[in-house]
Amino acid sequence: MINFINVSMVYPNGTKALIDVSLRIAKGEFVFLVGPSGAGKSTLTKLIFREEQPTRGQILFNGKNISRMKPREVPYLRRSVGVIFQDFKLLPNKTVAENVAFALEVIEASRREIEKAVPDALERVGLAKKAGAMPSELSGGEQQRVGMARAIVNNPPLVIADEPTGNLDPDTSGEIMHLLQEINKCGTTVIMATHAKDIVDGMKKRVVALEKGRVVRDEERGGYGYED
Amino acid sequence: MRIKTFGYFSREALISLRRNSWMVLASVGTVAVSLIIVGMSLITVMYANYVATYLESNVEIRVFLKTDVNEDNARALQDQIKSIPGVAKAEFINKDKALEDFRKDLGEQQNMIEALGGKNPLPHLYKVTTISPQDIVKVANKLQALQQTDQIKYGQGVVEKLFAITKWVRMVGLTVMVLLGLAAIFLIATTIRLTVFARRKEIQIMKILGATDWFIRWPFLMEGMILGFIGALIAVLIVDVSYAAFTDYILTELSFNIIGLNRDPRFLVSLGVALLGTGTFIGAIGSGISMRKFLRV
Repeated sequence: MINFINVSMVYPNGTKALIDVSLRIAKGEFVFLVGPSGAGKSTLTKLIFREEQPTRGQILFNGKNISRMKPREVPYLRRSVGVIFQDFKLLPNKTVAENVAFALEVIEASRREIEKAVPDALERVGLAKKAGAMPSELSGGEQQRVGMARAIVNNPPLVIADEPTGNLDPDTSGEIMHLLQEINKCGTTVIMATHAKDIVDGMKKRVVALEKGRVVRDEERGGYGYED
Repeated sequence: MRIKTFGYFSREALISLRRNSWMVLASVGTVAVSLIIVGMSLITVMYANYVATYLESNVEIRVFLKTDVNEDNARALQDQIKSIPGVAKAEFINKDKALEDFRKDLGEQQNMIEALGGKNPLPHLYKVTTISPQDIVKVANKLQALQQTDQIKYGQGVVEKLFAITKWVRMVGLTVMVLLGLAAIFLIATTIRLTVFARRKEIQIMKILGATDWFIRWPFLMEGMILGFIGALIAVLIVDVSYAAFTDYILTELSFNIIGLNRDPRFLVSLGVALLGTGTFIGAIGSGISMRKFLRV
């Protein structure tokens, strides 16, 4: 599904975020990206939904070369990637349901689709009862579940989560991970960048470790492997 | 664009207009003032042109003969006048006809004629037109030289003055218009910039959710266009109302239509449409500039 071929990424300020990274991720996989801060985890995820473009190398998404994609094609790529953020990135002046519906509004979905898909997505993350609440009235874990509902509301084949539990306590993190697993079970590919050793060790999923911009380890059913 | 999407854009545009009310006021005001000046100078230039063309095509030399010249002697001059090089036509008007014409010109104010007590103070006269306007001065000098001539009058100086005024109005109007137009564009651009800044988080989320560039741009473009349109609307109202008041004043107080004043509603409508179009365009330019600089989608 995703194929990185000798990808290097140097930021304009000279920071080498990724160096010659080659990586294949198959459809339906659950992949952890681990490594210390500044190892290039975030950059790698941003390259997939073309928030950034590689300096060198090719990235294929479902066979399509996204490093050579025209700017006007980018929105359509992003519609097949649901992104979950550490800081949730919810709109504070919209209700829970409106935040989720926003993902469909900006891609000009019909009202009927929105009315059907939003309650479904909220049901999947267990927030059906909070549809009318404002984000500020919710706990951190609940806010992140809204973020997840927004990411999956248009059924993307890929979900990217960048430190989704970074701001949450361990119990809440467990709920989020459970939901991500549920999403993955329905056939959605999940890529999660994280620092959370316990989570990675407990899940026994594929682990890709990055260090100073290089892939230093890639194991099926791996552990976090760092002593923090 | 779907209708629903259009509704979304308008709603977003209106929400953000409410948020920056002071900047909105400033930019709408500038658009309004600049378009008021555009409208007024357009009207002025149009009338000045109208009057100038009218006068120019009607420039004639009026040769007033001395009062002691009797009608037969006066008529006898016709051939002599026609033989002057450059003369196209020489129309003789005897003093009775002249008085009759005067009476017609006066319209309702016939009492001025009555005040003359039945006497006709007017002399016989010739209306001489030249082949081209350039001949007027030359011909006029020859006519002045005739011994039966008392005085001659022609409107050439007036025409020149009028053209000078028209040119001046046009130049000043254009300069002020361009400067204010630029100020309006700048203010609208600043307003839109504030909006873009206030909503940068939302824009970032929209991009990640897969909104197209134009989906993100439209609300800002519409906001600018709404600003321009409202400004233009104010300008149109003010121009129309003051124009109506002006023509009313001329027609009722002065009771004569000096420059063929135009109350034709079609004229005001097309002027209004032109101003509204210009205002909306100014708004689009302003937000376009802001989006290029601050909305990297």
